Amino acid sequence: MSDTTLEIKDLSVEVEGRQILHDINLTIKTGETHVLFGPNGNGKTTLLMTIMGSPKYRITKGNIILKGTDITNLPMDERARMGIGMSMQRPPVVRGVKTRDMVTACARGRESDDELNSIFLSTNLNELVDRDINYGFSGGEIKRSELAQLLAQKPDLVLLDEPESGVDLVNIALIGHLINQLLQKKHPIRERMRSGLIITHTGHILDYVDARTGYVMLAGTIICEGDPHEILKTIVKKGYEECRKCIA
Amino acid sequence: MHSLDTSKESKEKARAAAAKKARFGEDIELAKYEHAAAELPYQEDLSVISGDAKSQMLQTGVVVDDTSQRSGTIIQMDHSVIHSITKQDDIEVMSTMKALEKYDWLAEYMWKAVAVDADKYTAHVELNPGNGYFIRALPGSKTVYPVQACLYIGKKNLAQSVHNIIIAEEGSELHIITGCTTAPREEPAMHLGVSEFYIKKGAKISFTMIHNWSPETEVRPRTGVIMEEGGIYLSNYIIMKPVKSLQANPIARCNGNNTITRFNSIVLCPPGSNMDLGSQVILNGAGSRTEIISRAITTGGNIVARGYIEGNAPDVKGHLECRGLILKGDGHIHAIPELKGNLAGIDLSHEAAVGKIAEEEVEYLMMRGLTRDEATATIVRGFLRVEIEGLPPELTAQIKQAVETAEKDLM
Ligand SMILES: Nc1ncnc2c1ncn2[C@@H]1O[C@H](COP(=O)(O)OP(=O)(O)O)[C@@H](O)[C@H]1O
Ligand SMILES: [Mg+2]
Repeated sequence: MSDTTLEIKDLSVEVEGRQILHDINLTIKTGETHVLFGPNGNGKTTLLMTIMGSPKYRITKGNIILKGTDITNLPMDERARMGIGMSMQRPPVVRGVKTRDMVTACARGRESDDELNSIFLSTNLNELVDRDINYGFSGGEIKRSELAQLLAQKPDLVLLDEPESGVDLVNIALIGHLINQLLQKKHPIRERMRSGLIITHTGHILDYVDARTGYVMLAGTIICEGDPHEILKTIVKKGYEECRKCIA
Repeated sequence: MHSLDTSKESKEKARAAAAKKARFGEDIELAKYEHAAAELPYQEDLSVISGDAKSQMLQTGVVVDDTSQRSGTIIQMDHSVIHSITKQDDIEVMSTMKALEKYDWLAEYMWKAVAVDADKYTAHVELNPGNGYFIRALPGSKTVYPVQACLYIGKKNLAQSVHNIIIAEEGSELHIITGCTTAPREEPAMHLGVSEFYIKKGAKISFTMIHNWSPETEVRPRTGVIMEEGGIYLSNYIIMKPVKSLQANPIARCNGNNTITRFNSIVLCPPGSNMDLGSQVILNGAGSRTEIISRAITTGGNIVARGYIEGNAPDVKGHLECRGLILKGDGHIHAIPELKGNLAGIDLSHEAAVGKIAEEEVEYLMMRGLTRDEATATIVRGFLRVEIEGLPPELTAQIKQAVETAEKDLM
């Protein structure tokens, strides 16, 4: 068993003929959580969608390795079944498909009704289970529903795209708690099997979720890597302008 | 002898309209069909029905082996009612011919909800009567289980001509499931079916109709509903099997105040089929409400999905939702939602969408580990899921089963 969950080597990605990501390198050891900072429109979502395997994101160079297996050319559903799960920034509405159906589908028959119900309870989704997925959901409801799906899916690598955006202060603590549950944070790191990569635009999520490494992405390139709290402090104090100086 | 006069008048009008083309649908030459059918014997015991016919009926929700979950049963084959029975004293179930013999007053109900001279098909039914069913709920009665009615075409090349009258007297509640089907052979046949519904004050009818024709059948149902104050009409129409040509556009006239009308239709159109289906609701009574919901999928056939709501009274409310999905093939879906408001203080709206399955939605489900086929099936299932209220659980289950059986063939 590999102690590295995710390894990205020299990854370049194109979307609709335009190169968005340039030579990305990144390694996440099993049990670790990393965070990705960066202003809007700089390629953070692109990186997560590429790891997940969305066909719109075309890999022009490099490799993605999950638990020792090269998955660069695997389709999205196979990656999901191999243990990658993603919470989307803006998931689509699927009319007629209920929240309960989605969460049940994620479990792929592994979870009992009791377990599924306890997921609905802990994500405070009971009032939404019989509604069409994402239809008329508030920002916070979308995030809780995404996390419920991941709790049922139990992925080894958890990709979260701005899990705190659009979430009010009351709900953000719940979101943080759910992420910790998903990433097995109450276990000591050596016993944790789950790893995470979290995009955060504001960094608020770090008040609730511990992370080992932080990155800053600018113009499709990772320009800095370090202690996430230190990076956040710099961004809060001086803005991304300070980061831009690093590449100047 | 008033009834004889009305009948004479109807015949004259029908003769005048015998060549009148319908507003919608391809024109069918009636002369190419046969119009007479041999008289079939009445069957006390339904076990004599052939296995083939039984299985065709079962696919339309008509059960003949165990009728314990039905309040009544009427089965017409070709032009003969071969069985009719009611299990409740306050529900009448019989052939239209018998009912016309029994009740003088019934003549007054003929051609009031559907115009005899609407087109050549209504005219044909008047001029070539081939029976039909009469179902009546007496005042204040309530069906425990649905009444089932089956119209079956066994004879090759027959133009089956039926006239049905359904009456819910004051304060009654009547649930009906109707299955229309043919022998399981690919032979030409035609079905012309006039159905007139009368919903009296405070009465409720739910009418679930499942069509299961052959790819060679041409079908022209003609349906009218007249509603009095506080009446409720819930129609659920399902067609999941091929048909050569089908055109129907039932109309509900909500004449009383505070009525509720709901038309749900679930349509699957395979290659080679042509379906032109609509629902019309005329809100003449103040405070009346309606909802027309249709879901149409083509896998190669052509669909016209119509909807029409007209508001003629204060505080009426209507919504029309028409969604079409082009799953595969080169068929088309033409959605034509129409609203007409004739005074202030009414609230009519519509929502129409036609397209293929959004790739983004398929990807969302694949992201959760579903294969492309599983994701597509899940989205189609969701698309066909219409929230159906006010039906006994038995009928809800029947509709679900009809839809799910078709979904399996679809993938
Ligand atoms: N599906 C897409 N189609 C076209 N352009 C895209 C798509 N996704 C991302 N982009 C482009 O790629 C760049 C990076 O976007 P994104 O990865 O969403 O950034 P971030 O998540 O950092 O805000 C932007 O210029 C955006 O317009
Ligand atoms: Mg983004």
